[in-house]
This record gives sequence, structure tokens and C-alpha cells, in this order.
Amino acid sequence: MLSRVAESLFWMSRYVERAENVARFVEVNRDLSLGGLGGTVAQWGPLVKASGDEEAFLERYGEPTERSVLDFLIFDEQNLNSIRSCVNAARENGRMVRETLSASMWEELNRFYLQVRDAIVDRERILRRPHRFLNDVKSSSHLLLGLKHATVSQGEAWNFMRLGSLLERADKTSRILDVKYYTLLPKPDDVGTHLDAVQWSALLNSTSALAMYRRRFGTIVPEQVADFLILDRAFPRSIYYCVAGAERALHDITGVSTDYFSNPAEQHVGKLRYELTFRGIEDIIAEGMHEFVDSVQVRLNQIGVEIDKAFFARPTHSRVQSQTQ
Amino acid sequence: MNPIQFDEYGNANDEVAKQVVTNLLDGLSFEDLQLRQRAASEHLRMLGITFNVYGHGDGVEKVWPMDILPRVIDAGEWAMIETGLKQRIRALNLFLDDIYGEQQIIADGILPADLIETATSFREVCRGQRPPHGVWTHITGTDLIRHGDGTIYVLEDNLRCPSGVSYVLENREVMKRVLPEVFSGVRVSPVEDYPELLLKTLIETAPDGVDNPTVAVLTPGVYNSAYFEHCFLAQQMGVELVCGDDLIVDDGVVKMQTTKGLQQVDVIYRRIDDDFLDPSCFREDSMLGVPGLMQVYRDGRVTLANAPGNGVADDKAVYAYVPQIIQFYLGEEPILANVPTYICADVEQRQYVLDHLDALVVKPTNESGGYGIVLGPESSREELDQCAESIQKDPRNFIAQPMLCLSTVPTITDKGPAPRHVDLRPFILYGRDIQVMPGGLTRVALREGSMVVNSSQGGGSKDTWVLK
Repeated sequence: MLSRVAESLFWMSRYVERAENVARFVEVNRDLSLGGLGGTVAQWGPLVKASGDEEAFLERYGEPTERSVLDFLIFDEQNLNSIRSCVNAARENGRMVRETLSASMWEELNRFYLQVRDAIVDRERILRRPHRFLNDVKSSSHLLLGLKHATVSQGEAWNFMRLGSLLERADKTSRILDVKYYTLLPKPDDVGTHLDAVQWSALLNSTSALAMYRRRFGTIVPEQVADFLILDRAFPRSIYYCVAGAERALHDITGVSTDYFSNPAEQHVGKLRYELTFRGIEDIIAEGMHEFVDSVQVRLNQIGVEIDKAFFARPTHSRVQSQTQ
Repeated sequence: MNPIQFDEYGNANDEVAKQVVTNLLDGLSFEDLQLRQRAASEHLRMLGITFNVYGHGDGVEKVWPMDILPRVIDAGEWAMIETGLKQRIRALNLFLDDIYGEQQIIADGILPADLIETATSFREVCRGQRPPHGVWTHITGTDLIRHGDGTIYVLEDNLRCPSGVSYVLENREVMKRVLPEVFSGVRVSPVEDYPELLLKTLIETAPDGVDNPTVAVLTPGVYNSAYFEHCFLAQQMGVELVCGDDLIVDDGVVKMQTTKGLQQVDVIYRRIDDDFLDPSCFREDSMLGVPGLMQVYRDGRVTLANAPGNGVADDKAVYAYVPQIIQFYLGEEPILANVPTYICADVEQRQYVLDHLDALVVKPTNESGGYGIVLGPESSREELDQCAESIQKDPRNFIAQPMLCLSTVPTITDKGPAPRHVDLRPFILYGRDIQVMPGGLTRVALREGSMVVNSSQGGGSKDTWVLK
């Protein structure tokens, strides 16, 4: 497969996954602040902080309000990680490799793009009541994943798409965990109270994990929620699951057994998977959740850099802009 | 001026064609037609079947309008067009062989030597070069028009990188979806096998000694106006779509950079102009090409389709000589008519052109896509003066032709079906044999009275039905 094509497939999937996760991200915050549960007031600052784009936001919008944060995360084309920018970038990458996608995948990607682009006429309504729009974004992302499974041969192209989706998802699950970290409870005493449970269940809900969590652990216990989102072996949005899947995708591409590594990308992803396999949640909490999540993000970035070097780099090539991790 | 108009529906005189036309116009109410038209447009938008417009304000991608009333060509007339096109392609390939070889046609005084010497599209680097199997024009998209007198003329030969064939295939798909009942019961020649024939053509013209050639489509990239087509054809043929920086010359052959290392490429269907193919041979500033590509080509280790250097044969001044070219190489009378052409490089002809500017169409000799054309009868005094000045400054760069009146085909408008002017671009493949795709791309000028059919200037397209 052409290096350029592999690169575009990887980024196309990554941007679709990113758009979906921004939608999840916004929802977790609305759940956290809506309904007057326990008397929290809406806190939009943490969302911006956890998105990693705080600086760009403050520069352009100043004090975060519901409207400004939603606008920044949904419609703002200058924010490269807004839903709109992600879907534009996904389609642009898809367009560059249109000939390798299945027809139905391309049509869905194009439909997704038109839908998000045309939503701009409804901007104010969506900013007031974003739920339906965000749901549509998630559905489109899921539809694309389904189409990939149902219509694309499970060869190299498929694996590069899988790799992109899973790395992105691992990163975003870690960031959703961070939202909780940044969301300040009204008083330190509230830790472990009903209010705390409300927040944790909102978090689980935003990753579609609440029902799955309940089946495994039952009642909400913060350590177990973290355990589930970070280390669960079977839940498809847990960091472990994503990293292990990315490792398999890489080895399926190179054909090298997971007992070995043939490039630094395989080496790095293997190390991270190994660590997640043999670490308990107690160790992670002892180390500090935020510090741990931070280090996972750094290592995922490193894996991305190594993948780029191993598969996408071209000798004569001067890429004008590298895509953003 | 109010020229006689020829309507393709109104003048149908073949029994089958008459029946089809009647079914089309009387079978469906206008409301129904409009409904189908909207369905077709929506379908194209959802499929993302677009072309790119340079310097257009609202996004570079546009959906190309397609009108659902097809152009209809009867079997007898098509047979004549097909034979005429094959004759022309045979002659032009022999001409290219000769002009980059012995130049017998100049020695025999048929073609003036300075016509070739001054042609910017003549590639000195191709002298003495013969492409694999002697095929220069693997893919041609000849522009035909029918004048008010009913005669079909060849307007341009387009031997370089003609585009539009993907729209022919997509238009047909759309028509099957939105007008299924019209299709059943009519015997329309199929066009769906084009990708298969194209792939065969490319494989057949691979360099000698290559058994299982690897074919690739070379595109200038996602912002090119025909990018959709490049993707479409690569996908339909199941070959890689490559950009210049995917390719590298290594070890005397062309290779593409893959996730598993370098892989040799034997046949390149290139959709970039000669100028940009190889910065070490043509334009140094080209970012689109592959340094060293031309040397590999000259060594006979890669096939470029179409061959570099073709442009000299569709230079608009050389065009004027195609009837003589056919005579010279084939000893036959041309089957398809040439538009009478005045060559401004010739003193007498130039004077005639300057005296009759307001009645003529003036065209630059080395442009395509309708750029730089001055329509005399529709231009202001000022524009004509400007045109005369340009001609005098660089006469070799211009030709002039009488104003032809393109035939019309009924087209859906807000007020019902109304005549709009059309042309026709059939596609001709040349591998082991010459094959003509039945029909081709019918382009239509959507503005009332307009004769400009180019997609970049308000044109649309129609499906073309060659009846059996």
C-alpha cells in the first residue's frame, strides 16, 4: 500500500474518532452541570482545560461560557480540534484515498461532512440544545465503523484505519477521565458523596460505559470507575483495549509476531500494553491519576510519531503540514 | 445574427430515435420530470461527484449539474462517427511518429516547417523517440459539434489529458436510478465496460518484456479540477492512484513508496501535463512531477499514457492540416469534417481574420478548456481591438474559425424543457486496437442562448444514448 494512502486512511479514521469524542466530551460536561443535581453550577472551564486547547481558547474567547465553549468545540474552524474541523479533515483525507475506500464508506463520510457543514445555518439552535446534533455525530462515526467492518477487506487498509481509530480513542478516553479531575467539587467534603457519584456516573455515561460498568462492578466506586475506563480488558473504549488493539493492528500490518518488534512503533506500543496489563488500579492511584493519564497521553503521542516514521515518511517528500496529534 | 438551429430531438429522422424522443417528452409530465431532475442532483451531491473550480469563492468543490434529458444518437449516424474517429486517431498517431521521427510530411511540403518549429507544444526531447508499440494517444477525447446545417464537425482533438469520462459513467448510473422506466425497452449501447477497456489498453501498451505490468494513475492532487475523475478511474481499474511524491526513480525504473518499501511501476496513466511531468526535463519549478521520469521513459522502461509530446498534434494551427494529414498517411478522404480554420501566422489569412473579426471566433492555439476564446459577434468594439492587437503581437498563437451554431437538445428549465446548445466528447482508446466508447460526454450550456459548454463556465452535462 502507498505510504501516502496509509497515512490518509490512518488520519481519516483518527479525525472521525476525534469528532465523536469531542461530542462525548461536550455531553459529559452537560450531564455534569445539568439538572441542578446537587446544586452544581455549569463549569465550562474544565472542559477547555482537558481538551488540551486551553491557550487557543483563552486567547480568542476569554472567560469560558457555555455558548463560547460549545461554539469553540463544535463550529469553530480555527480550532483544529472542533467537530467541524475534524469532519472537514476526515473527509479531506478520505477524498485523497477515495479510490481505496468502499463506495458506501465514502458516501457515508461525504454525507457526514455535508450534514456538519450544513448545520452551521442552525448554529444558534444547536448551541442552545446540542443534544441531537451531538448524537448524530456519534451515530455517523459508528456508522462508519460499521461500514468499515462490513464492506472493507481486513487487510492493510483496514488495519491502518483501525490503528488510527484506536489510538485516538485511547487518547480521548484518557482526556475524558481528566475532565473529572479538573471538575472541582463544590467543597472538599463532597468527595465520596452522592454528588461525587453523580459525576462519576455522568462520566461513565458519556463513554457509553455505564451499563457495561454496572454489569461488572454494580455500584459506583470511583476507583472501580477508573479501573474500568483504564484497564478493562473487554470494554471497547477502555485505554487497555484500545492500546492492545492498536498493537495487534500494527503487528498485522508488519506480519511480525507480538513476541518481537520490527520498528520503534511496535516497541513503544508493546511496552505500553505490557505496563497496562500488569498494573493494578491501586498503583495508578498511588502514583496520581492525573500524572498517570498525562504520561499515557505523552506515550501515545510518541507512538504516533514512530508510526509516521515507520510507514508514512517518503524520501523525496516535504509535507507542508503534518496533521495534529 | 440569427443562425439556423438544429435540434437533436426535433430533427430525429431514424424510426427508433423518433420513438425514444417521443417517449422522453410525452411519457412524463413536467412536474414528474422536475422531480426526477431534483432527485438526480441530490444524488450527485450525496455521492460527492464534484469538480474543483479555481478561485471560486464558496469552496473549491462544485457538483457538476447534470440534465436528465439525454442526447440521442441513432445507430447509423454513430457508425459514421465511430469510423471517422478511428480514421482520425490512426492518422494522428502516424503523424506523431513521423513528426518526432523522419518528418516526411514536412519534406514532402504538406506541412510548413515553421509551423512545427514554432509550436510551443513540440517537445525537442521527444525527437527520435517512439513510445511502446507506437501508441501516442492511448486516451483521446475528441470534441464534436453539429452545426446548424446538420453536419458534424471535429472541433478539437484533445490528445493530451482529456477529462470527462467519469461523468459519462456516473451520469449513466444516475439515469438508471431516476428514469428506470425510460431505460427499459430502449436499446442503449452500454458504456459500463470503459474501465475494463482502459485497463486493458494500459496493460497492452506496457514496455516490452514486462509480463504482469503494474499500472498506476498519476494525479496532480486533490485540488486539481479533475481529481474526482482520477480517483474514480483508479478505483474502477483497481490500481493505485499516485501523486508525484509517491514516485521515485531508482535503479533505472520508476518505483512507488509503499508501507512495505519500493515497488516498480510499469505503466503510468498520467493526468498531469508534459510541463509538470519531470522537473529535471521540463519545468524546473514543478512540484507535481517525478525527477528523472523522462529518462526512464526514453530508456523504454516505463509507459506514459498519453505519450509526452502529443500536444503538437492538437495545436490548433496544426488542426487546420488534419484533412491533409489523413490524406498523406492513409490515402483516404476524411470522414469527419474539419471546421474551416484561418491560421493567423499566414499573412493573407491573418489579414482576412483582422478584417472579419466581428464574425469570427478567435482561439489561442495552445489552450484548452475554453480559455482565451474571443467570440466576435458577441464582443464589444474594445474587446475586438484588444484581440486584434494580441493577434498582431503574436500571430502564431492564434487561429480563427467561423462562428458555428451548436445544435440543441431539450433541457429541463424552470419553465419546462427548452432547447440548450450541446457538444459531444467521445472517448477513444488505443492499445492493441482502436476502440470508441459508444456516445461520450454531452456537455450542455445551461444559460439560454449560450454556446459555452465548459464546466468552469456554467456548463452542465447529459447522458448520451447511442441507440442500437
